[in-house]
Amino acid sequence: MTEFLDQIFVLAKGRLLAQLAGAPPWLGQIVSSLLNIIALLAVFLSLFALMSLFERKILARIQNRIGPNRVGPFGLLQPAADGIKMLIKEDIVPLRADKVVHFLAPILMAATAILALGIIPYGRNMTPFAIDGGILFFFAIGSTTELSVFMAGWGSNNKFSMLGAMRAIAQMISYELPLILTVLPVVMVVGSLRPDAIVAAQGHYSLGVFPHWFVFTPWGAAAFALFFVAGLVESNRTPFDVPEGESEIVAGHMTEYSGFKYATFFLAEYFGMFAISGLAVTLFLGGWHAPFRYLEVVPSYLWFFGKLGVLLFIFIWIRGTLPRTRVDQVMSFAWKFMLPMAFACFVAAALWHFAGRGWLGSLYSLGMVAVVYFALNYFLETGRRFAPRTYRYAE
Amino acid sequence: MNSLAFAVLACLTLGAALAAAVLPRLVHAALAFAAAFVGVAVFYFSLGAEFVGLAQIFVYVGAVAVLIVFTILLTRRAGERAEGVNWSGAAIAVVVFGALLWAIMRTPAMNIPAPAGPTLTVRQIGEALMSDYVWPLQCVGLLLTSALIGALVLVLEEKR
Repeated sequence: MTEFLDQIFVLAKGRLLAQLAGAPPWLGQIVSSLLNIIALLAVFLSLFALMSLFERKILARIQNRIGPNRVGPFGLLQPAADGIKMLIKEDIVPLRADKVVHFLAPILMAATAILALGIIPYGRNMTPFAIDGGILFFFAIGSTTELSVFMAGWGSNNKFSMLGAMRAIAQMISYELPLILTVLPVVMVVGSLRPDAIVAAQGHYSLGVFPHWFVFTPWGAAAFALFFVAGLVESNRTPFDVPEGESEIVAGHMTEYSGFKYATFFLAEYFGMFAISGLAVTLFLGGWHAPFRYLEVVPSYLWFFGKLGVLLFIFIWIRGTLPRTRVDQVMSFAWKFMLPMAFACFVAAALWHFAGRGWLGSLYSLGMVAVVYFALNYFLETGRRFAPRTYRYAE
Repeated sequence: MNSLAFAVLACLTLGAALAAAVLPRLVHAALAFAAAFVGVAVFYFSLGAEFVGLAQIFVYVGAVAVLIVFTILLTRRAGERAEGVNWSGAAIAVVVFGALLWAIMRTPAMNIPAPAGPTLTVRQIGEALMSDYVWPLQCVGLLLTSALIGALVLVLEEKR
């Protein structure tokens, strides 16, 4: 029974494909891919709708408000109302804009975000697009986002758009380095770029209660923290939303977009957030594995989406809590702190591996991470530069 | 490989490459160039060279195309207007193309049938890079590092 519930979607797909038993193999292949794509889009579009509502609700609670509660019970139909509003808004294209580039930018951005979602294992036997270099695929696709941001900024022919795009690209390039370098230890320890293999490597338990997720090793915890921060930057979320900075440059590269094109950017941003969080779950939080062995009766995909939900909640929480950083702060943080720390995680993972992957290895890697952390604190003079400021006012 | 898919891909890639050569606005040309890179990557995929295809997208679309675009943005533009056909450039292009075509047609590799064995995995490529090809890899690393330091030195001198 548990196995049936766990595999229900896989079985349903197999049943559907069995209808095509007599057809040529290429037709079966195409239908199989189409089913994967439709399932992926259906799940993540509904998650997008839910997320946009919950984000507003949670932000409202953080700011001591009530939030949207007029449309449907508890405001649950608010995303539908938003969608209709976005669809029937006038689509304005600036007269001097580069029409083709302006039109293609949101499409390219949404397409890359959706492609990146394809390699993540959502449950046992539930990877929509299982290729050998899945992790590499994720980052290769992610790196084309920069180009679409540039297209949006350039195509709009607006100084705020261009400034926003420049900021966004500079920020994304800087943080792509720590993002990839923090993935490296995991890939190195597992010895594979295949997301399924990475999840499988975390599927063991000590005494049935302690899962062997990488986040529970010292190097994994440090790499997860770095990955999460770099993920926040890559998805342009507060506190790193300098590319959009409403108070400085209107809406960055999205300034000249309205109606459904703006909604497409919005969607791409959320899909990017889902993809980064999903990858974090896969790499560090054990993918679809349950936290305790006896909880494995709960279907694997529920665990995946549960963990994803927790990460997304943290995203919203951070947005509601922290103010925006300055551009130069974001950049120097990437190069002076994130990069050395990512290398430290890399070396710490190697120490952990060669000390036998046990307690001794954990101790060594903890020491390595701690030494680099405190050395950076000392050399960057964080104690002096980030001390509470004292203000003096005229009396 | 499916010949229909090959024909469609070849047309798209060549079209993008041609657009990169003839479009009057530099930014359009750069974007078309990126599209051509993606087309080449898709060829690698269809030949079963997954890692090479991904590296192609990663390096060329993610880094080189962005670099080109940045270069266009940060340099001064001298009024973008069509300047007619650059005959000397066209002549050089024809000569290079002819030489390459001649060299390729003469290689014996054209007649070797594709091996039917399993495709290379990322692990095999990594092991080869770390054992047989470790010196070339290190040399490339050294070259890139020196280029990086050189760029920094240039920028520092400008600031002073």
